Amino acid sequence: MGEVDVHALRSVDLDLYDGELLVVLGASGSGKSTFLNILGGLDVPSSGTVYYRDQNLSEASHQELTRYRRERVGFVFQFYNLIPSLTARENVALVTEISSDPMSPEAALELVGLSNRINHFPAQLSGGEQQRVAIARAVAKRPDVLLCDEPTGALDLETGKLVLSVINQVNLEVGTTTAIITHNAAIASMGDRVIHMSSGEIAEQTSNAERAHIDEIYW
Amino acid sequence: MNSLDRKLLREVWKHRGQMISIAAVVAVGIMVVLTMRGTYNSLELSRSLYYQQSRFPDVWANLERAPLSLIQRIQNIPGVAVADSRISFAATLDVPSIDVPALGQFVSIPENHRPLLSDLHLRQGRYITSGHSDEVIVSENFALANEFIPGDTLRAVINGRLKDLKIVGTAISPEYTYAVPPGALYPEDERFGIVWMGEDALGPVFDMDGAFNEVILTFGPKADANRIISELDRVLEPYGGLGAFPRADQLSHQILESELEQNRSMGTVIPVIFLAVAAFLLNIVLNRMIATQRTEIAVLKAFGYSNIEVGVHYLSFAMVAVMLGTLVGIGLGIWLGGEMVTLYGDFFDFPTLRYEVSYGLIGIAVGVSAAAAAIGAMGAVRRAVQLPPAEAMRPEPPARFKPGLLHRLGLERLLPTAATMIVRNIERKPFRTTMSATGVAFALAILVVGMFMFDSIFYMMDLQFRMAQREDMALTFNSPLPRSVEHSIRNLDGVTKVEPYRFVPVRLRSGHREHEVAVTGLEAGTRLRRIISADGRQHPLPPEGFVISKYLATDLNVSVGDYVSVDVLEGQRIKTTVQIVGIVEDFFGLSVYMQLDALNRLTRGARSVSGVFLLVTDGYESRINKKLKGLPAVASVASPAQTLASFEKQLDEGMYISIFFMLGFSGVIAIAVIYNGARVGLSERGRELASLRVMGFSRREVAILLLGEQAIITIMAIPVGWIIGYGLAAALTLSIQTETFRIPFIVSTATFVYAALATIIAAVASGLLVRRRLNRMDLIQVLKTRE
Repeated sequence: MGEVDVHALRSVDLDLYDGELLVVLGASGSGKSTFLNILGGLDVPSSGTVYYRDQNLSEASHQELTRYRRERVGFVFQFYNLIPSLTARENVALVTEISSDPMSPEAALELVGLSNRINHFPAQLSGGEQQRVAIARAVAKRPDVLLCDEPTGALDLETGKLVLSVINQVNLEVGTTTAIITHNAAIASMGDRVIHMSSGEIAEQTSNAERAHIDEIYW
Repeated sequence: MNSLDRKLLREVWKHRGQMISIAAVVAVGIMVVLTMRGTYNSLELSRSLYYQQSRFPDVWANLERAPLSLIQRIQNIPGVAVADSRISFAATLDVPSIDVPALGQFVSIPENHRPLLSDLHLRQGRYITSGHSDEVIVSENFALANEFIPGDTLRAVINGRLKDLKIVGTAISPEYTYAVPPGALYPEDERFGIVWMGEDALGPVFDMDGAFNEVILTFGPKADANRIISELDRVLEPYGGLGAFPRADQLSHQILESELEQNRSMGTVIPVIFLAVAAFLLNIVLNRMIATQRTEIAVLKAFGYSNIEVGVHYLSFAMVAVMLGTLVGIGLGIWLGGEMVTLYGDFFDFPTLRYEVSYGLIGIAVGVSAAAAAIGAMGAVRRAVQLPPAEAMRPEPPARFKPGLLHRLGLERLLPTAATMIVRNIERKPFRTTMSATGVAFALAILVVGMFMFDSIFYMMDLQFRMAQREDMALTFNSPLPRSVEHSIRNLDGVTKVEPYRFVPVRLRSGHREHEVAVTGLEAGTRLRRIISADGRQHPLPPEGFVISKYLATDLNVSVGDYVSVDVLEGQRIKTTVQIVGIVEDFFGLSVYMQLDALNRLTRGARSVSGVFLLVTDGYESRINKKLKGLPAVASVASPAQTLASFEKQLDEGMYISIFFMLGFSGVIAIAVIYNGARVGLSERGRELASLRVMGFSRREVAILLLGEQAIITIMAIPVGWIIGYGLAAALTLSIQTETFRIPFIVSTATFVYAALATIIAAVASGLLVRRRLNRMDLIQVLKTRE
């Protein structure tokens, strides 16, 4: 049996706007992760084009993609992916050291409410705290785009809500265009816009007249 | 094949880089065992067979002259099995194909039967026949070098008379497996040959009719060697005995023995280093493999696989790598051993010499490497076995870090965060870091040891042949000549300076210690032959007293100012005492120097000379050589410059081969340690590094984070390797301190620098191998799977 091309995404046509908070909903296998990978410059589409402002990402070299990620994108992962050998402050510093106009690590950690934990190692932090460090790390470089891949996937409700409120706060205060990818439909109400993905296509696209307050979200 | 075996095979393939690098380390270790120990065994076997077949003597003694009847008294010394007498003399040979006089060591053999002891092994032609006084057998290498074949005529100057001899055969003898002419360092086959001649013919020529000047004997069972030797000395004393010596002091035997010993110790030390490195590498690789396969182990156990089955499965990884290496090592070792024995065949003359594959040795090699595999795998396998299935189902908890030494010292603040990561990873695994650094250090040390030998030998040769021996030519006479000979030689065209010297055989005694040596008498203020000590400084020769080699001083337990008893072993055989006025650390032989006038007074004989040192005008050498060849009194002509040149040429070839192997050996270790360290690091931190790539770190930056650790290990290893190498070199130097030569302990800066450079190159190469893998890392995959 030869290799079969599987298209994770098909005929996706979408614009992201400055300062917008986008929620991408979809079941596992719906193509939402591939979508995020392409937005984040981790992957390029086999056909079609992706533009970041004037830059054609679909034709970028791996060096250009690295520069794009380094300068424009902040990532928040489902499993935090902190560096275990570095403290909270150092995890953030790792990114600020290679950025052109970062916040100080302390300011970033204050933004996520962790000023009192800056010298703790990941193993000394709870899951929610680790995820907040990860958010601080992602936003410290003042990215244009913040991509969050199932940011609450590994967290309980209370902690998850805390993390979401931090993301929300960053979006509002810093004005970072934010995309949250989740299979959790309850999160949809916090976004400016929601897209539902299914079998690699955008099945439905809705706009919220008003973004829900995090306290109103339950799952 | 069951499923577990299939899993084993697939995972061996998946980890093939690591498996191959570990197998290579084992292969080198086993290769060295098979090569060195195999060569040792083969040489040892050939030698003992040869000694046995040719009835190699246990004791030798030279004397001035004794009647044949004396041999019965010697035979009667308790413990002596067989005693035999013979006549031996050095004489000049006139070989047409070379322009310097050649030296023939004439040794008598019975006409009617083969020698009782020290029989020859004929290579060509036949044994001599009775009644043909001109028949001789010559040593094979001398014949080959000068293209003599049986039937040719050899012209010799014996006792001042020219004599044509008929070569009837060529032969080798166990006394000359390594035929070094007197005073030389290595065989000079063109210029030195052994000539065996019938005793009835040789006796009259050397005025030894019915007499002999050498005794050889073998021991019976339970013989007391020391008593026999001192009894023999006592018996020979009135006949001008020059001191009996045992087999251990026989030159050819001694050189062979030290070569064998080197093979034996190298064949032990090097494999131990390599197998230890292999065990350590297996330990880290398997530990990592078991950490990544926690869930798989849990599943296997949950489905009913026993602890033993799981343990054996992981142990098998170690066994596959090691046995692969062992097989390759055995193959390479047998091949290289064969080459090595062939090479030895060029240097040492044995009737039969071939590499004997020893199944015992192969068995030991397999056993030892299996043990190394088991030791290396033990810790990891135990972890796999002890892992409770329920716990193993859960992913491994995140690594715990705590502030380390640098943090407590406040130094970490000075480092960029990336460097902090590297430092903390090193601090967290002190055992692995230390062992890796030690492994790399040994790789470097092997290079230091491999190269320092050449530093030392070149230094030694330079000191000896450029600083100590400054003559253009050194002439040795067949027997001492009156000093007037200096004038005749000075009158030769092209000779600009002549300095006489004299050798006098003596026995030095101090307390119960004694040693037979030759005193070298040198002119006061000699310019051509200076006494140079190991540090390159000239040692003065006072008007009275002896300046002696440090090795001899240690042996006799004397220091400057002490007196030694001296028995002169020629002429009037004066017994007297002489003060030690200087001790010099030198490299060749056991030297005793005295001013010529003082030496002449000591022996109370005529003022005679054993030879002269010459300075000659450039371009006159061959003309002078031609003249000297016609002088029957001249036994040999040596030129330090020529000796040095040919020695350096020989050494150069050996050096490149040797350095090639050392580079290979140390490269295998360095690459295996660094590569496996980085691969395990990549496996442990792949997720972390992929996250950084996602966050915008470039490939280069991520590579630095991973390989920085290996770079620090390499840098830490360099000074340690220098120290280990220095220590091993010192130990090796000490082990090569013999009467014949002593290696000075010289390690040049260049050796240290080259060893470090080669290690760094190996480290960088292994880093690049891993970097390729790092570049191919699938960022998305790593992020999605939780380990």
